[in-house]
Amino acid sequence: MSFISYLINGISLGSVYAIIALGYTMVYGIAKMLNFAHGDVIMVGSFAVFTIVSTLSLPPILGILVAVVVCTILGMAIERVAYKPLRNAASPLAVLITAIGVSYLLQNVALLIFGANTKSFTSVVTISPLKLADGQLMISGETIVTIIAGIVIMICLTLFVNKSKAGQAMLAVSEDKGAAQLMGINVNGTIALTFAIGSALAAIAGVLLCSAYPSLTPYTGAMPGIKAFVAAVFGGIGSIPGAMIGGILLGIIEILGKAYISSQMADAIVFAVLIIVLLVKPTGILGKNIQEKV
Amino acid sequence: MKRFNKVMSLVMVSAMAASLFVGCGNADAPADNAAPEANNEAAAPEAAEAENGDAASGTFKIGGIGPTTGSAAVYGLAVQNAAQLAVDEINAAGGINGVSIEFKFEDDECDAEKSVNAYNTLKDWGMQMLMGTVTSGCSVAVAEKTSADNMFQLTPSGSSVDCVKYDNAFRVCFSDPNQGAASAQYIGDNSVASTVAVIYDSSDIYSSGIYEKFVSEAANQPFEIVSAEAFTADNKTDFSVQLQKAKDAGAELVFLPIYYTEASLILSQASTMGYEPIFFGCDGLDGILNVENFDTSLAEGVMLLTPFAADAEDELTQKFVTAYKEKFGDTPNQFAADAYDAIYAIKAAGEKAGITPDMDMSAMCEAMKPAMTEITLDGLTGVGMTWDASGEPNKAPKAVKITDGVYTAM
Amino acid sequence: MKKLRMTKTAKNNFVTYFIVLIAYIVVQMLLKTGHMSSLMEGLLVPLCIYVMLAISLNLTVGILGELSLGHAGFMCVGAFSGAFFSKCMDGAMPNGIRFLVALLIGAAVAGIFGILIGIPVLRLKGDYLAIVTLAFGEIIKNLVNVLYIGKDNNGFHFSMKDSISLHLGEEGQVIVNGAQGITGTPHDAGFTVGILLIFLSLFIILNLINSRDGRAIMSIRDNRIAAESTGINITKYKLMAFSISAAIAGVAGVLYAHNLSTLTALPKNFGYNMSIMILVFVVLGGIGNIRGSIISAVILTLLPELLRGLSDYRMLIYAIVLIAMMLFNWSPKAIEWKDKIKEKYFSKVSFRKEKEVK
Repeated sequence: MSFISYLINGISLGSVYAIIALGYTMVYGIAKMLNFAHGDVIMVGSFAVFTIVSTLSLPPILGILVAVVVCTILGMAIERVAYKPLRNAASPLAVLITAIGVSYLLQNVALLIFGANTKSFTSVVTISPLKLADGQLMISGETIVTIIAGIVIMICLTLFVNKSKAGQAMLAVSEDKGAAQLMGINVNGTIALTFAIGSALAAIAGVLLCSAYPSLTPYTGAMPGIKAFVAAVFGGIGSIPGAMIGGILLGIIEILGKAYISSQMADAIVFAVLIIVLLVKPTGILGKNIQEKV
Repeated sequence: MKRFNKVMSLVMVSAMAASLFVGCGNADAPADNAAPEANNEAAAPEAAEAENGDAASGTFKIGGIGPTTGSAAVYGLAVQNAAQLAVDEINAAGGINGVSIEFKFEDDECDAEKSVNAYNTLKDWGMQMLMGTVTSGCSVAVAEKTSADNMFQLTPSGSSVDCVKYDNAFRVCFSDPNQGAASAQYIGDNSVASTVAVIYDSSDIYSSGIYEKFVSEAANQPFEIVSAEAFTADNKTDFSVQLQKAKDAGAELVFLPIYYTEASLILSQASTMGYEPIFFGCDGLDGILNVENFDTSLAEGVMLLTPFAADAEDELTQKFVTAYKEKFGDTPNQFAADAYDAIYAIKAAGEKAGITPDMDMSAMCEAMKPAMTEITLDGLTGVGMTWDASGEPNKAPKAVKITDGVYTAM
Repeated sequence: MKKLRMTKTAKNNFVTYFIVLIAYIVVQMLLKTGHMSSLMEGLLVPLCIYVMLAISLNLTVGILGELSLGHAGFMCVGAFSGAFFSKCMDGAMPNGIRFLVALLIGAAVAGIFGILIGIPVLRLKGDYLAIVTLAFGEIIKNLVNVLYIGKDNNGFHFSMKDSISLHLGEEGQVIVNGAQGITGTPHDAGFTVGILLIFLSLFIILNLINSRDGRAIMSIRDNRIAAESTGINITKYKLMAFSISAAIAGVAGVLYAHNLSTLTALPKNFGYNMSIMILVFVVLGGIGNIRGSIISAVILTLLPELLRGLSDYRMLIYAIVLIAMMLFNWSPKAIEWKDKIKEKYFSKVSFRKEKEVK
């Protein structure tokens, strides 16, 4: 019985990683950059909801809307100011470092505005937990909402990318920027749109992260951001269903590792599994194998 | 690219050279200031006493170090604020021996190396005594430097054993082993529970220090540790496994030698899974009721051994909490109280030792060391606190229980 | 043509050594005359450490062309092995020799880890390689945090749980105490040692770059398939660069451990944050540009310290300066603009010549 209980906990944790990883993988797949600031955009989204719901006592749905708008604008602004000028830089590492700078910047702005004190986040989920097997097993409302949201987002994103014109443009840009431009695709616009969508997803992820784990500080986003990055790589970075699977698997491995091997070495276990997966399948679980051409 | 690098390196080298000289400029300043100051004091010690205006030329320079950015910023900021509050109060009341205090706080990001940098910065500023550092790891590194310089050091919250291993270093808080042993004894003596689970932070000095002593002391106590699970700094959002194990092992009490940020998550997750043991913590748990927007009903029945509770009825605490809230907008935690006491301890020892601002740091340290062991301080974190030469404070831990959202003494 | 190129590299390397030498002399003069602030004096050894880390990572990132996010892991391994040795041997042998042996041990252990980790990791490419190095770095940090080693009359005791389960005898002493790490490592690191180690690292790396092996490594970076088809043993050369880079990071770690009396593996000093920080030095200074790495490591280490006057805004300004410097250094538009300015003001000076040679 305890195994099933651990499994459920793993899925809960994994669903949060998955929803962050969806935004991550979206940006990576199209813009081909590791956006280290993604975790901090999540934090900004959470603070937006916190301010609206807890400080101003307005309804949660308004909070989520504001968070999505704030993060979308923030994401596009970051892209425009910090990333776009470096898109054609001599090395792809330049934009990676700038992303780290943006991450520091967001953390320190949040520190100055909201202070370092931990804030307790009021869950926006009001669904009561699902009890199974005489109350011995329990799935929290947050988990149910997070998983449903994750699946809905995954399906919407997949449909959007594969069926809509803008989505097709994204695919083209991700394949070959130069060729896409020659075909008349607005590359700058497409990448800006990608960042807008990725950041909007970050806002939703932030709300769900803080609903499930209700503690909010300026550094809340950093570690889940890295974990989501791992999840995205795990599932095959750039692949939308891969991010979902990667996130949930990561959560399950982390919880089972803690439960059955050692709670002190949870991180080592997660990373060791990641390494083994990548050595067996170097592009992640659902990643495409690209043949090297001479 | 090559050419550009050449130019850039030139610019950077010159910037580097410039920064070196800026550094020198700073170094010279206090040296220049020191001379006239000494003259003033020597020439007219009584005159200085008579005229308050002169106090500005001779001040005690007390430095503070702690994290004001980074994930431990909450503790450093609390210490900075409370120490500043105490300094302002003392200055308004006439200072130490009639001389006012100048206080400066430097950020160390909770990193030992940055902490040493902060210490050196303060030394350049002309610091005579150090109130710091806030965290244990940094405190151990800085103690090495203060001992070499023979600078008086009083750490408000550096609780690991090595923080006060030199004779120039004292602390306000309890040591980690002390807290671990005291907690085990309290649980045993009062028969709070017969089965105990521990959840601790294995990547943190404070938490693992308490945990180890708790476990070894528990062997002498009439309760059994049925589960001991850890978490790490990189893995502190999900505690379901640790709680599940405690629950499965049938623990009546969960011992949490951790800080309140993680504890608030543990409490809410335990409540979600319907697990209701007694939670027992140490001083790090203080502050849990003040987490903004926290549902305090979750903390109902939590017991903690802490020297300070912001809701205490005594006049001193009330006055401090009101002043702190007024000035900084939030409720002070135990770190703030430790810092406030630290500044008052420096004042008391300074008055006992009869220190004057013209003393150099080594002479001041020599005067302060015996004086620290002679003072008795009624502070926020204990009544009748005394220190012995080892640097440890003698004060009684208070056990408090959270009932109806406030701390009540047990 | 070939001769000209040789002299140019030699000249270039000489300038790098010369800058370090001048920096050393200037600092020594300031120290001797007492014109150095305590802050600067305290920063000298950390500066040496970061410079070594930056140039060693540049070997992996700039010369080998692989993105490594686990460099702090090697530093961690070196630091702990060196400090462990020093702690065991403190008093048993002369200080100077003990420190030298500690440095060698740190280099050797980190180098071996470099090979062990390099064998699986270097088969991967690009961002996947980056994430696996990050994973190894985090695993090292995590394992060091649960490592307990004690010593008593019966020899060494190990545990992965807590110090109680070491079951030490009466005289026993816990040397590595899990998260509390190693305390009381002798303070052996000094600026002169640091500079000597920088010279040594520079000598190794610059000579490697300009050797046959170095050219083989760079050919892998530029075109792996072409390099392979000309008979270059890819695995051997990749491992060579990777392990040398790791060994130098290990030496930097030993220096780090002997500069502070407390050594703990925190996310701050040995986690991915530190690895990224070193990468920032490398990228800002110019990928593959050793001299640039030295200068940017110095600037970025000094910057937060010099900004202390801004108190609360310190890290905010640091972040903004970092972004601005990156944009200024790397954005194609900014480079174009700088070229224009240079054409305008410096067009008649020496820069012209170099371009023609190239």
